[in-house]
Amino acid sequence: MLKKYVENFLRALGRPLIAFISRLGELSIFIARAIFNCLTPPIYLKLLFRQMVDIGFYSLPVVALTTVFAGMVIALQTNAGFSSYGAESAVATVVLIAVTRELAPVFSGLMVAGRIGAAMAAEIGTMRVTEQIDALSTLSTNPFKYLVTPRLLAGIIVLPLLVLIGDVIGIFGGYTVAIYQLQYNPANYINTTINELQSIDIVTGLIKGAVFGFIIALMGCYNGYKSKGGAQGVGSATTNAVVSSSILILICNYIITGMIFTK
Amino acid sequence: MEKKFPKIAVKNLHKAFGNKVVLDGVDLEINQGESLVVIGGSGTGKSVLIKCIQGLIVPDFGSIKIDGKESVGVPRKDAEKLYAKMGMLFQGGALFDSLSVWENVAFGLIENERMPKKRAKEQAVEYLHQVGLSSDVADLSPSELSGGMQKRVGLARAIATHPDIIFFDEPTTGLDPIMADVINDLIIDSVKRIGASALTITHDMASARKIADRIAMLYKGKIVWQGTVAELDKTDNPFVRQFVEGRSQGPIKVEL
Repeated sequence: MLKKYVENFLRALGRPLIAFISRLGELSIFIARAIFNCLTPPIYLKLLFRQMVDIGFYSLPVVALTTVFAGMVIALQTNAGFSSYGAESAVATVVLIAVTRELAPVFSGLMVAGRIGAAMAAEIGTMRVTEQIDALSTLSTNPFKYLVTPRLLAGIIVLPLLVLIGDVIGIFGGYTVAIYQLQYNPANYINTTINELQSIDIVTGLIKGAVFGFIIALMGCYNGYKSKGGAQGVGSATTNAVVSSSILILICNYIITGMIFTK
Repeated sequence: MEKKFPKIAVKNLHKAFGNKVVLDGVDLEINQGESLVVIGGSGTGKSVLIKCIQGLIVPDFGSIKIDGKESVGVPRKDAEKLYAKMGMLFQGGALFDSLSVWENVAFGLIENERMPKKRAKEQAVEYLHQVGLSSDVADLSPSELSGGMQKRVGLARAIATHPDIIFFDEPTTGLDPIMADVINDLIIDSVKRIGASALTITHDMASARKIADRIAMLYKGKIVWQGTVAELDKTDNPFVRQFVEGRSQGPIKVEL
């Protein structure tokens, strides 16, 4: 009796489990191939440069807007929460730590995931369903090197730079709120910020940026590369790319923070 | 010496996707300089067959020899040398839409032969002339062209790398009868000019009659008939008769 229940249960579990594991295997092979192709010549420098401009330069406005408001809102909330304990010194420190360690990397990552991850999946997916990827192969060009490698490298290189810019803009956002809205002393605020600034904060943000850049490009390329079945397939590839990279970014963010800041 | 081998020799080729058997023991030979047309209904495995030969799909088992050299189950590097001799005209053209028309045609020249851009463009325009396009289209993007023109650009791209073997995936599908005939002429002309062997898959009988030296019919993953165009009209093979005459009744069952 019990054996039968267990059997049925395992059966019901079986199909999605097998699908999940084969998907995981497919992704692992894709990652291995991608990394192998990143490390072996030839690298298409022109394509790499174009991707860096696409991912980095054209993402500046969204990254700037999100981080400036993130910094501003942290300044407001810290002031509200710490007003009974002498908020003035706390605001600068909290803004600094929150922005550099968490907000700039995470917001940059999520924004770029939405902007670039979707575009990558849509472009590569369309190339897949219109046989352009097969056409690359028939012209003796490795599609991995031509399509995936430049995007992955560009993501890993450019995201940390975006985070760095996000750091500066986010802190500036906090500063403007503190000075113009909360009427703090500018000199004290800047002093506290500079004294409290530690290299670990910046380095953490850069590491996170590189990891997030890898995740975004990987999920965009993977979902596009494996898409099938015309317009609908490309549509779901795009959705999957954004959703999976956003979730992975938040999970990895927690893990990296845990590894660096818990002792 | 090399002439002893057929250009392509496919033996007992099998491929299944999950439970669906697509190729069920295909045997096929294409001789040097020959134009073979594989006919068959939709979903009979024609596309899978040519993708297997080109190494885009890995067959389950069987043998594909190109110039007498095995390409199935050998190290990727060795197989790629064989694939490098092939060119392909895709059904939808498959032009790279991020590149201009001439960059598409010159893709193989620039990326593989490292030809300087200026010379590559001159060559690309030359190939465009060969397929009947003027140099005005060279700087357009592929999406600005009509379907027939995209096919021509695809053909120019396929012959630009001087392949030994050219594959044509339904070259006339989606074209009006006159444009289809123009493409047929271009195929015959360009294949002859570069002395290549050609493998075409199609269900357009007019096109098949025109461009084929030999015709083979694929049904349910097997070659059920092959012969010359003259033999095609004489054979009483029920599969061929039904397909050529386009009847819904007969041994070929349409899977609905």
